[in-house]
Amino acid sequence: MRKNKSVFANIDWFLVFIYLLMLLFGWLNIYSANYDEGTFDLFTMQAEPGKQLFWIGTSCIWLFFILLLDGKFYTTFSYFIYALMIFLLIGVLIVGKEIGGARSWYDLGNFSLQPSEFAKVGVLLALSKYLSQLNLTLDKLDTQIKALAIIGLPILLILLQPDAGSAIVFASLFLVLFREGIHVVYLAILGLAISLFVVTLKFEVNIAMIVTILFAGLFAYLLKKGKNSIKPALFSLILGLGFVQSVGYLYNDLLRPHHRNRIDLILGKIDDIHGAGYNLNQSKIAIGSGGVFGKGFLDGTQTKFNFVPEQSTDFIFCTIGEEWGFVGSLITIGLFMALLFRLIILAERQRSAFSRVYGYGVATILFTHFFINIAMTIGVMPVIGIPLPFFSYGGSSLWSFSILLFIFIKLDAYRMDILR
Amino acid sequence: MSRNKFTHRRVFFYFLFSTSALVLLVTLFSIQVINDSYKLSAENNVIKAVTIYPERGYIFDRDGVLLVTNQRAYDLMVTPRQIKNLDTLALCDIIKINKEHFDKYLKRAKRYSSRKASLFLKEISKQTAAQLQERLYEFPGFYLQERTMREYPEKSAAHILGYVSQVPDYILKKDNYYKLKDNYGISGVESSYEKVLRGVQGIKYLVRDVWNKSKGSFADGKYDSLAVNGKDIELSIDIQLQKYAEQLMLNKKGSIVAIEPSTGEILSLVSSPYFDPNALIGRSRSPNFNRMYKDDNKPLFDRSLLAEYPPGSTFKLVNALIGLQEDVIFDGTRFKCDEGWRFSSKLKIGCHVHRSPLNLIESIEQSCNAYYCNTFRRIVEKYPTAEEGYENWRNHVLSFGLGKFLNNDLYNGRPGRVPTLDFYNRQYGKGGWKAPTVISLAIGQDALVVSPIQMANMCAAIANRGHYYTPHIVRKVDGLSLNDSTYTIAKLTSIDKKHFTTVVNGMERVFTGKHGTAKTARLKDIEICGKTGTAENPHGADHSIFIAFAPKDNPQIALAVYVENGGWGSTWAAPIASLMIEKYLTGKISNTKQEAFILNGNLMNTEDAKE
Ligand SMILES: [Zn+2]
Repeated sequence: MRKNKSVFANIDWFLVFIYLLMLLFGWLNIYSANYDEGTFDLFTMQAEPGKQLFWIGTSCIWLFFILLLDGKFYTTFSYFIYALMIFLLIGVLIVGKEIGGARSWYDLGNFSLQPSEFAKVGVLLALSKYLSQLNLTLDKLDTQIKALAIIGLPILLILLQPDAGSAIVFASLFLVLFREGIHVVYLAILGLAISLFVVTLKFEVNIAMIVTILFAGLFAYLLKKGKNSIKPALFSLILGLGFVQSVGYLYNDLLRPHHRNRIDLILGKIDDIHGAGYNLNQSKIAIGSGGVFGKGFLDGTQTKFNFVPEQSTDFIFCTIGEEWGFVGSLITIGLFMALLFRLIILAERQRSAFSRVYGYGVATILFTHFFINIAMTIGVMPVIGIPLPFFSYGGSSLWSFSILLFIFIKLDAYRMDILR
Repeated sequence: MSRNKFTHRRVFFYFLFSTSALVLLVTLFSIQVINDSYKLSAENNVIKAVTIYPERGYIFDRDGVLLVTNQRAYDLMVTPRQIKNLDTLALCDIIKINKEHFDKYLKRAKRYSSRKASLFLKEISKQTAAQLQERLYEFPGFYLQERTMREYPEKSAAHILGYVSQVPDYILKKDNYYKLKDNYGISGVESSYEKVLRGVQGIKYLVRDVWNKSKGSFADGKYDSLAVNGKDIELSIDIQLQKYAEQLMLNKKGSIVAIEPSTGEILSLVSSPYFDPNALIGRSRSPNFNRMYKDDNKPLFDRSLLAEYPPGSTFKLVNALIGLQEDVIFDGTRFKCDEGWRFSSKLKIGCHVHRSPLNLIESIEQSCNAYYCNTFRRIVEKYPTAEEGYENWRNHVLSFGLGKFLNNDLYNGRPGRVPTLDFYNRQYGKGGWKAPTVISLAIGQDALVVSPIQMANMCAAIANRGHYYTPHIVRKVDGLSLNDSTYTIAKLTSIDKKHFTTVVNGMERVFTGKHGTAKTARLKDIEICGKTGTAENPHGADHSIFIAFAPKDNPQIALAVYVENGGWGSTWAAPIASLMIEKYLTGKISNTKQEAFILNGNLMNTEDAKE
């Protein structure tokens, strides 16, 4: 064992470098989105660029402490942190500040805190801890249920806020279970469920039911070689029909009209560029008008006049697309790919299951944010308000993503010390 | 470690990430590189916030004569970024400027902002604007912004009305309402009623295409706001009287303030030299302003509100009233005058030659100095110490609205000065002065100064036999009378009503008496009461002062006239006061000889200061 006890010993500089690049590029775009000739106070704490600079600075302090702590800390306290986060998620439902119909924020005077952002760290630590038990396999039903419960509890609390975007992010952690050995059928079911969801909404419940029956038949045919094929086929048929019905119910009765409109718009059921499609249309115009090389830094026109809403938070990619063009899109997506691939490679080289699960979790969460965020700005997905990691303006999300990533960097640096 | 057998499942993640990235990139490639419609849409969506300027409120006189109105003017605005394929010469030709200026203006606009619209050429003529409007489509990046300029049809009352100009920097900094180059009332009523007159600006967000043509409103006008026009104001000024007063003051320096005693409404407020308010609008404002600013006769200085002169002999009326109130004199009190008042070989106040002794009425009629020196001494020496006696006297004086701000709706004002105890204690040392030390106060001299409007108000208080209404200039806003208690509640002087009878009789004798100081200015059918005064002027000829009200019973007008370097009060100020009164009460002038004398009189150093 090496005696090098420096805080920066063994850390993966590649990840750190990508991280810093993203912060820099992100901040430039926040600056530009707020830039308006004639106002020169963008560096004060009254303006978003100034505040973001503060968040970046404070993140660096956090990161230093994360690297300073012993790697064992995270394994030891993971359930405790999880419990704390659940507590915060319950608390926000009671004392949270209602913004736009959702109770997602704690109001701390000058600042607001979004517990669902920080809960990601807690959930991921608890999941890693649980799955890192020796001889645990995901074949057993009770193990599956417990693992899903760890993810499910916060999802439930977040849906009560309600914040569909964050809930989807937590749900994506299911993919980590797949890596850890849960049967491929579950993944297939998940894929089918998503397909059915889209089919149900795009067409009619009745058509979706026919599709379900066809799928069930196919399923029964595929299983024919097995011992008893009727029971699972029937079971999946009933499950599928129930799902289709509940999606219809969910869509028609539970979703708010503006959510419904956004989904309809993506599915091409409505074509209204002034109503619900307004944001989407404007964000596509902004990105599309960037062309190959973009209009240049600070020279965007569409992201300056509030054509695009929330231009420095959820729609920051519009500024990137408009001012940096397709080249900027390539750079951004390239940076994320480098980050995500590197995370998987590092996760796979971990000796402890804890670190591996954690690494996959980080990759999955970042991927979900990245994909949904960009996809919604260009109309591939409905408008689900979640930030683009390391790019979007906002203290809670920047802190939590930074903490999430750097705990893994610490765990990775610490990997040599484990089991020695 | 057992689950390491699933390590091959990492491939699923690689696959998921790659395909997702590919989906995004293909879509982005399609909208950013292949598809041109978004670029067009973006250009179609150049948004422009057009300020809808409200019409500034009109100003009328008390009879509904329009004093201030608006005229249309056009500013040529430019958004440098939006300029495309500009035919510079063609544009220069239409707006009649040369290439050199054009480049200069464009550079200035670019320095302000290349993205935001800014002023290119201000206040261009209606004809040019009409020509340009037709061809504007040839000059993307340029547009015309309509705005209003003030216009003054009566060409009078410049000091009262004030003027409108670009909003000053210090206002821009503290008031978010204003934008660079907005109109702002700089002085006069335009300033004191700025918020009433200006209205509220509206904003219209227009979507414009590449040819600078409007494609309708942005987001269905969701962010637009309507302009609210300014409110009209009715002044208490009688513009006929105001203009007549200005004529009388032509080629003289000084001031006339006329007040309706029963309401405190200001009927005319003249400061001379004066100027045509139209001199301070549009592009001629700054050369005219600079010229007047440098003029030695200070036409921009509003003497009626800001000048502070000694009240001179007119102030004897106040001392007479205080003497009566303090029971130190009565109607029949007589004082000897030996060509003045002698206290010691060093201290003497001279007087003109007249019969002696005089009673109170006669002392007013003939303006005897000795009479008031004695009266003032008695007033102060009635109390054990000079300080107590003086303070008591001073409080009486203050009750006439002297020595303090009037706190009215005028844009400007001065408190004047009725010296405090401290003032004299500093000057002579505590206990180092007595009534004789400050005896000049008896005849309105020493450190006592008042502004013309305070003098007119003092006269109104005497006309009302003991009370006044704070002088003010605005009667109605938006057609509604101002029910402001500041102006509707009478302010009482400290003198009982009964004491005014003798003093007013004395003032009448100033016109009617055999030795009356203003007997040449008497009017046949109108009972006028007045008092002459002369303010010593160390820099040249004395200032001629006169206060008067009429008719004697139920007075309708009270006024103060100051003519700088006019010598005796009876020479210039008294005839002017008399002409004003006759004009106001009857609408005509009987003594045309006297009128001609005044109109032609020239007391100015320079030939013609007007314009
Ligand atoms: Zn005398």
